[in-house]
Amino acid sequence: MPDKGKIRKSKKIMGYLDMPIGGLILDAGNSVKYKTGQWRTKDFYINKDKCSNCMLCFIYCPERCVEVTTGHEISKIDLDYCKGCGICAVECPKDAIEMRSK
Amino acid sequence: MSKVALLGNATIAEAMRQINPDVVAAFPITPATGIVQEFSQYVHDGVLDTEFITVESEHSAMSACIGASAAGARVMTATSSAGLALMWELLGVASGLRLPMVMVVANRALSSPINIGCDHSDSMGARDSGWIQLYSENAQEGYDNVIKAVRISENKDVRLPVMVMIDGFITSHCTEVLESLEDDQVRGFAGEYKTDYSLLNIENPLTYGPYQTSEYYFETKKQEADSIKDSFGIIKKVSEEFETLSGRHQSIVESYMMEDAEVAVMVLSSTAGTTRAVVDSLRSEGIKAGLIKPRLFRPFPAEKIIEITKNLKSLAILDRSEAFSASGGPLFTETRSALYESGSKPNIINYIYGLGGRDICMEDIRKVFLELLEEEGKRPEVIIRHLGVRK
Repeated sequence: MPDKGKIRKSKKIMGYLDMPIGGLILDAGNSVKYKTGQWRTKDFYINKDKCSNCMLCFIYCPERCVEVTTGHEISKIDLDYCKGCGICAVECPKDAIEMRSK
Repeated sequence: MSKVALLGNATIAEAMRQINPDVVAAFPITPATGIVQEFSQYVHDGVLDTEFITVESEHSAMSACIGASAAGARVMTATSSAGLALMWELLGVASGLRLPMVMVVANRALSSPINIGCDHSDSMGARDSGWIQLYSENAQEGYDNVIKAVRISENKDVRLPVMVMIDGFITSHCTEVLESLEDDQVRGFAGEYKTDYSLLNIENPLTYGPYQTSEYYFETKKQEADSIKDSFGIIKKVSEEFETLSGRHQSIVESYMMEDAEVAVMVLSSTAGTTRAVVDSLRSEGIKAGLIKPRLFRPFPAEKIIEITKNLKSLAILDRSEAFSASGGPLFTETRSALYESGSKPNIINYIYGLGGRDICMEDIRKVFLELLEEEGKRPEVIIRHLGVRK
């Protein structure tokens, strides 16, 4: 895990004179800048032998972290944004996904 | 300009009709007064093109107002008493998101015991919710305040919701003469509302109401605090422009016979009218009495009050709400705090009065003045008094 104190020092944080009013976000799609992967306490493992590429994990993932190849195969998880919620593991009909403590 | 006799509720609805807001969302049954019911008739009759949204509660009414204002609409509503209390959670959302809107509150008591008589407990409970608060002595001032509130609220440097108070029953349900402006005068004064932050602008999509971490929340609140502080200037400017239009001078704090006053009463809303009559009567007896009537409570006009009270010996502050603070009602605590910065401090007594619609008459106010005179120069034993309450 990165040191939170270091993040704070390295990031340029706006003051009230520069911030948009009312906590508004004026740039569309800026959530990509917030890497929620650092929240994760469990890691994600796919057993490729069990996986049938049914895409249910892709559909259920609230963060759209399941990446799919052009050949419609589950390829990997985007760990920058995966919060480790485990919804994919619960929904997988083949028990192909396992969440393990880090 | 025309003169017409109207119920207070109808007077407010008339101001709203002239403004022709884009959206009004309301829950128009008790404890709300007849304001939005009167207004809904105009919409039903096709006089206005306002989108009138009837909702299932005041919580929903304020939620709908917030959504409409974020979309960029000119928004108004009205409520009272428990209805305002049910809006409580959303009041801070409206101000926190810096959404312009105007809400009229006919001041009524809060439960329990169940009572909807005139009482300022409802809006005083919402005094720290980030809304600008204007108090009106009569229906005419209510009408004027509603029209001014639109401009104050939508000003780019303010962008805060504004609450306009009239006294429940005393103003809302009594008939008074209204000197109304012409429709085109009001619409011209209000102007067209154009927001820089429309949720429906698909060219520049933006986000309203995201979670804000502790790294930013504090700064957002500081912006809000600065804006309400800076709104004094805007309120003054809008009032001056309104005076040019209507001929009615309305400063943020009215001072009546205060130039040489030695004793004075400070009070909000309709009781100021009663007090003015008592001041006239005391003056005819040679007593140097005066009246201070703040029209603005949020932001609190501390500097103006310091200036008005600088030659005063004794001041009675009348509060129509019991704050249960054990240190006085809201107008009293705010004023006494403001006068800490003043070079000359009058003796100050707090009178809680008129709770739950208890009548306040000229004799009651006269008694207050006489107590001030009797105790002049002495340190009063009881500073917080409940006027006319039975033992």
